[in-house]
Amino acid sequence: MTEIKKMATREAYGKTLVELGKINKDIVVLDADLAVSTKTSLFAKEFPDRFFDMGVAEQDMISTAAGLAACGKIAFASTFAVFGSGRAWEQVRMSVAYTRLNVKVVVTHAGITTGEDGASHQAIEDIAIMRVIPNMTVIVPADAVETIKVIKAAAEFHGPAYIRLSRTATPIIYENENYDFEIGRGIAMKEGKDATIIACGLMVATSLDAAKQLEKEGISVKVVNLHTIKPLDKEIIINCAKETGAIVTAEEHNIIGGLGGAVAEVLGENYPVPMARVGIKDMFGESGKPDELLVKYGLMPENIIEAVKSVLARKK
Amino acid sequence: MLSTEKIKELEAIALKLRKHIIEMICAAASGHPGGSLSAADILTVLYFYKMKHNPQEPGWPDRDRFVMSKGHAAPVLYAALAEAGYFPTAYLKTLRQIGSSLQGHVDMLSLPGIEMSTGSLGQGLSAANGMTLAGRLDKKDYRVYCLLGDGECQEGQIWEATMTAGHHKLDKLTAILDHNKYQIDGCVSEIKGIQPIADKFKAFGWHTLSCDGHNMKSIISALETAEKNKGKPTMIVAETVKGKGVPFMEDKPCDFHGRAPTKEEADAAIEALCKLEKK
Repeated sequence: MTEIKKMATREAYGKTLVELGKINKDIVVLDADLAVSTKTSLFAKEFPDRFFDMGVAEQDMISTAAGLAACGKIAFASTFAVFGSGRAWEQVRMSVAYTRLNVKVVVTHAGITTGEDGASHQAIEDIAIMRVIPNMTVIVPADAVETIKVIKAAAEFHGPAYIRLSRTATPIIYENENYDFEIGRGIAMKEGKDATIIACGLMVATSLDAAKQLEKEGISVKVVNLHTIKPLDKEIIINCAKETGAIVTAEEHNIIGGLGGAVAEVLGENYPVPMARVGIKDMFGESGKPDELLVKYGLMPENIIEAVKSVLARKK
Repeated sequence: MLSTEKIKELEAIALKLRKHIIEMICAAASGHPGGSLSAADILTVLYFYKMKHNPQEPGWPDRDRFVMSKGHAAPVLYAALAEAGYFPTAYLKTLRQIGSSLQGHVDMLSLPGIEMSTGSLGQGLSAANGMTLAGRLDKKDYRVYCLLGDGECQEGQIWEATMTAGHHKLDKLTAILDHNKYQIDGCVSEIKGIQPIADKFKAFGWHTLSCDGHNMKSIISALETAEKNKGKPTMIVAETVKGKGVPFMEDKPCDFHGRAPTKEEADAAIEALCKLEKK
């Protein structure tokens, strides 16, 4: 058996920032006393003049980033997901989204795989509360390789974005950067005819694993990496519903309001088919090892397999 | 040197701004007259004496920036921008109407000349810090001005931003507190006192100055002293009167925090302002 290569998306973020910093002097980076954890410390070391550690003050960080962006800077502001989305929500709303300023809120430690720090530090609501803000782009890269592409793409487009990364090392599903990535366009990772699993973040790898196991049972499942939650690729969702007649979503987020919610909205209005959401079932997490938490909170291939079987049973 | 004529000219402009404020808020039938009137003289000095700016080129990279952190005082900023030539004064009457660029609280995307969208209190000072930091990175000479309200100083983010400006020694930043001593619910000292306000900023690494916020010479002198201060940001505590210029508003500062004058009240207010003109 070949060992699965793993890397944390935050690692890829830190390295990509340094790469971008070298070619674009307008890039500035802000952090709120978590630079070592979010990996912005790599940029800080290389470009101390363009790095601002705002201390433990996330609200101030976001509005300061807005001020920098108003003067032509491309501002990357980083902290943990729970603080970047929650603590500073209204700063993101008014100072960044309403103004359509060039601020990229790149957060790490999203979801329960944040692990030992426990529920206070595990953002499970952030996709929901970010995607409801007008003008916002919300992206959840599937792995470290995709993170590189996402960060580069974010630096190139003008406007606000929320990019959600993980603390823990997650499986690498893309061998290299030689694939087409476009913000707002989902990617079919595997074809199938009986049902489609639409996933984001680390759950893309889990979904591919589930699909492989289902294949052995004679169930053919399509897998889509829907990295951009907003603007949502409605076309791919509707097409998958038409082609396979059943949809399962998988995300490391509350089943309310996140990827599953977004997909359900599209299906409900356009092409209703049997659907199931795999995610955290509207409860807070707890301390534990990431792998243990994924099992306890139902984010394993088995949970996806079960969901696929449930939608197949409901298919006419 | 500041001539008597120049002072008179500025006073005349401030009076125009006050009339615009009354007329536009009356026409809109909603808005915040009290805190707009208290800031009229400060904005007059900034836009017609102190700041480098060009109404023909609002995006001029070297311009001084003004951030209206107390975003509900939008009418006084709109009046100043219109008088400065950013847009026709006739447009002021569209305040708060559907489709107008003159939003209830300032919106940088809909109106050239607005540097930052505000309205939710406490965020403007952080943005002003960001603009000052950007100027430092780009080795620009522009200054950044930020107007705060008394009640706004109860927001936690103001103190985060105050700490940031002090830490980074942002000497190209001048913040002005429109110290009119009232907020919607009542007298600031009774709701949740902010004194000693200058000492608080001083403790956070700022230079502090005070001025009479309704005296052109005093405002100008404070702004010029602030400009000479090196190594620290400056906070000017401008002593002001909520509703300044309209006696019955000055008498009921809370009533006219966020209430539009009726047609009769507006007429009386304009009359009172015209009397000032004749003096």
